[in-house]
Amino acid sequence: MRKSTNQKAWWLVAPVLLLVAFNAFIPLMTVVNYSLQETFGDNVFFWEGVTWFEQVLRSERFHASLLRQLLFTSMILAIEVPLGIAVALSMPRKGPWVSVCLVLMALPLLIPWNVVGAMWNIFALPDIGLLGYSLNSMGFDYNFTQQPVSAWMTTVVMDVWHWTSLIVLLCYAGLCSIPDAYYQAARIDGATGWAVFRYIQLPKMKRVLTIAILLRFMDSFMIYTEPFVLTGGGPGNTTTFLSIDLVKIALGQFDLGPAAAMSLIYFLVVLLICWVFYTLMMRNEAQ
Amino acid sequence: MNKKWILPTLYILFLMLPIYGLLTMSFKTTNEILGGFSFFPQQFTLANYTKIFTDPTWYNGYINSLIYVVINTVISVSVALPAAYAFSRYRFLGDKHLFFWLLTNRMAPPAVFALPFFQLYSAIELFDTHFAVALAHCLFNIPLAVWILEGFMSGIPKELDETAYLDGYSFWRFFLRIFVPTIAAGIGVAAFFCFMYSWVELLLAKTLTSVDAKPIAATMTRTASTSGYELGLLAAAGSLTIIPGAIVIYFVRNYIAKGFALGRV
Repeated sequence: MRKSTNQKAWWLVAPVLLLVAFNAFIPLMTVVNYSLQETFGDNVFFWEGVTWFEQVLRSERFHASLLRQLLFTSMILAIEVPLGIAVALSMPRKGPWVSVCLVLMALPLLIPWNVVGAMWNIFALPDIGLLGYSLNSMGFDYNFTQQPVSAWMTTVVMDVWHWTSLIVLLCYAGLCSIPDAYYQAARIDGATGWAVFRYIQLPKMKRVLTIAILLRFMDSFMIYTEPFVLTGGGPGNTTTFLSIDLVKIALGQFDLGPAAAMSLIYFLVVLLICWVFYTLMMRNEAQ
Repeated sequence: MNKKWILPTLYILFLMLPIYGLLTMSFKTTNEILGGFSFFPQQFTLANYTKIFTDPTWYNGYINSLIYVVINTVISVSVALPAAYAFSRYRFLGDKHLFFWLLTNRMAPPAVFALPFFQLYSAIELFDTHFAVALAHCLFNIPLAVWILEGFMSGIPKELDETAYLDGYSFWRFFLRIFVPTIAAGIGVAAFFCFMYSWVELLLAKTLTSVDAKPIAATMTRTASTSGYELGLLAAAGSLTIIPGAIVIYFVRNYIAKGFALGRV
C-alpha cells in the first residue's frame, strides 16, 4: 500500500508509546543499574563496572543452562516443524470436519501455561497418571521426577503437545491459499506427490513457515512456566532452562548483580533473533 | 485417499489424552486417585468442583484473573487501534524502528522483567492490585494488538479513507463511525488474543500479586506445592481454566492462524 508521509501520525502512536515505554524502559533501566553495581541493601550502591558480565559469561552455570536451552529449542523444532507440516498437509481443505479439527487442534494453545504444566505432571505421574502408568505397565522404567532422561522426554513431548498446533494452523492457512488451478496443472503434467509438495506447496508455505519457526524459536527460548510447574527444573538442574535459572538467581538467591547481567545478555540474544525475524518478515512483505 | 485421515486423527487423539486424564482425575475422590490408576472414575464425585465454587480462596482466583484480563484487553485494544491505523496508513519519522521496537517487547522474556516489575509497581503503590497485572501485561499485549490490527487494516483499501475525507468527515468521525465497524472482525481477533495471552501468563501475574488480586494460576501452584495430595482439586481447577478459551475459540476459528502469526498471514 502506498503510504503518505504525515508526521502528525505520531499523536496516534503516542498512547501506545507511553504505556509500553513505562513497562519497558523503566524496568530495563533498573536492570542496567543493577548489572553495573553492587548493593548490600539500604539503597547503597557501589560501582562495579562490567564485573558481573564477566562473571556471568565465565560461569559454568550460565553455560550449562544456555546449552540446555539451545538443546531444548533445537529438539522441539526438529519434532514440531516436520510433524506440523505433515498434519497440515493431510488435513482436508473443505468439509464439515475442518472446523472441528481446527477448534480441537487450537485447544492446547489456549490453556494457561501453568495448567499445561500441572496437566502433564498429573498425566505423567508414574503410579497414578495415564501416561506414567501405561509406560510402566508396558515395562518401561519411567519416573520423570527422578530420571533426567524421562524428565527431558516429558518436557519435550509436553512442548510438542502444546505448540505443534501453532505450526499446523499456520501451514494450513498457507496451504489454503493455493488455488485449485495449480493442482490441476500439476495433475495434467503428471507431477508426483513429492513434486507437488516441493514445487507448489512448500514455496507457498515458505512465508508462514518462516513466521511459525521464528515464533516457536523465540517462545521456546523464553519458556518458563510449563517446565517450572512440571519438573521445577529438576531432577537436580537437568531441566533448568535460561528463564528458570534467571528467576532462581534473581528471586530465589537475590543475587541482583549477576541476575541483572544475565538478564541483559539474555535480552540481547532475544533482540538479535527478533531482528532476524523482523528483517525476514519485512522482506516477505515487500515481495 | 482415506488414508490421509489417519495422521490428523492420531494427532488430535494425542492432544486429547492429557486433557482426558485431567478431566477424569477431577471427578475422582482423593482416595481413589492415591489408591492407584483407573481409566474411568470408579466413585464419580463432584466434590472437587463444589469445593472450588464454595471456597472464596478458590473462586476469587477466577474472579481476580478475569478482572485483570478484561482490564488489560480493553486498554490494549483501545490504545492499539489508532496506533495500528497510523502504522498502516502513514509514513512518519522513525515508524519502522518503532514498529520493530514494539515487536521486541512481545518477544521479551517475562523472567527478565519479573524483579524490576515488582519494584516498579511497589514504588507506585499498585502492588497486589488488578491494575498492576493489567498494566504489566500491556508489555506484550499492546505490541500484539498493534501488529494484528495493522495486518487487518492493511487489507482495507485506502480509497475508503479518501472517499470519507472527500465527503467531509473529520478524522475521528471517520475513524469511529466508518473505519472501526469495517474492521470489527480484526478487533474481535485482537481482543481474543489479548484476552488469551493475559489469561495464560503466570510469572508476572504471580510476581505482582500476593492476596487481594491473586490469580487462579497462582492459587493453583501454591496448592500444588503446599498440599500435594489434593490432586483432584488441582485437576478440577485446571479443567475450569480451559473453559473460557474453549468457548470463544469457535468464533475466531477462521482467524486463529492470522492471530498467532501477529497478523502476518
